[in-house]
Amino acid sequence: MPAPAGRRDKAVDCQAFADALVSKGYGRLVIQKGAGSYNPCVLVPPGSTSAAHGTLAIEYFDFTPSLTQHVSDAALVISHAGSGSIFESLTAGKALIVVPNPLLMDNHQAELGRHLAGMGVLACAAPGDLVNAVLQLEPAELKPYARGDASGIAAAIDALTGRAGLRKTAKAGQGR
Amino acid sequence: MLMMVEQLDKAHYSPRCYVVAATDRMSGTKALTKEQAWASSSSSNSTSSGSSKASGPLLEEIPRSREVGQSYLTSVATTLYSLAFAAWIVLKQRPALLLVNGPGTCIPVCAAAFLFRALLLLDCRIVYVESIARVERLSLSGKILHASRMADLLFVQWPEMAKRYKGATYAGRLY
Repeated sequence: MPAPAGRRDKAVDCQAFADALVSKGYGRLVIQKGAGSYNPCVLVPPGSTSAAHGTLAIEYFDFTPSLTQHVSDAALVISHAGSGSIFESLTAGKALIVVPNPLLMDNHQAELGRHLAGMGVLACAAPGDLVNAVLQLEPAELKPYARGDASGIAAAIDALTGRAGLRKTAKAGQGR
Repeated sequence: MLMMVEQLDKAHYSPRCYVVAATDRMSGTKALTKEQAWASSSSSNSTSSGSSKASGPLLEEIPRSREVGQSYLTSVATTLYSLAFAAWIVLKQRPALLLVNGPGTCIPVCAAAFLFRALLLLDCRIVYVESIARVERLSLSGKILHASRMADLLFVQWPEMAKRYKGATYAGRLY
């Protein structure tokens, strides 16, 4: 069960986190280091890209331009609270724990994480609470995320520009 | 942006011109790649697509008003420059619809379109779509457009935001 994890690396790179994953039945942990300066050294020996922690296989890489395949393979995604990462996981139907940057607690990314957690579609945790969040999360208890689309916005733009009237006329024309 | 254009009638909303920040190397390429995909799928679906190809999608680059870390004194000069640049693009393209989604670059373009419309030189609707990341407060671009009432439609992606900001419209989320 891979769990791509970006920042907040220290919360991920610890024995307690690996223990939590094992106790919840996850078998595989995939870590993306990302742009941060912290290099995992507890779960993965420095200089190596894989390790094992009991039954948990751990893979590690610095960066990949697309996490799509990793997200698709995952049972649980742990990421920062950037909107791109959040909606990539939610629209893929994945259980998600977001960890907003604690140095930016008032910024809109933390607000988005808390808002979606309030909707019950993901869990939101501070770095220090990540282990607890993993232990407490029952992915089946998360509400499914209802994916949005641009049709409402497009219809309102059509109405504004007069295109909506044109469309009705065209439909009436087809009807005749 | 591309998700919205995807949903719009591309034969009606044509020709299209994308305005990107000069320092943004990704967005313009993405837009033109998407446009190519739309063009090839529409030409394979219908045999008659000659007229729309003649005026293909355009890309305009605009200098940023202010780079991160730039001093406020020189920002005044660069903002005036980007406003003049935006005005030139708007006059050249004469859009009927200006659809913007938030980066600071959109403000000089909106201001130019708003000004030309006030002078009756342009008949253009301005539509702003706030980021889905904004659940409690508008971004700076959103605040400027909301306070100045420059936008004919100001979309927010959460119903709570439409309640908080009078005049904002909620018409669903993009994601």
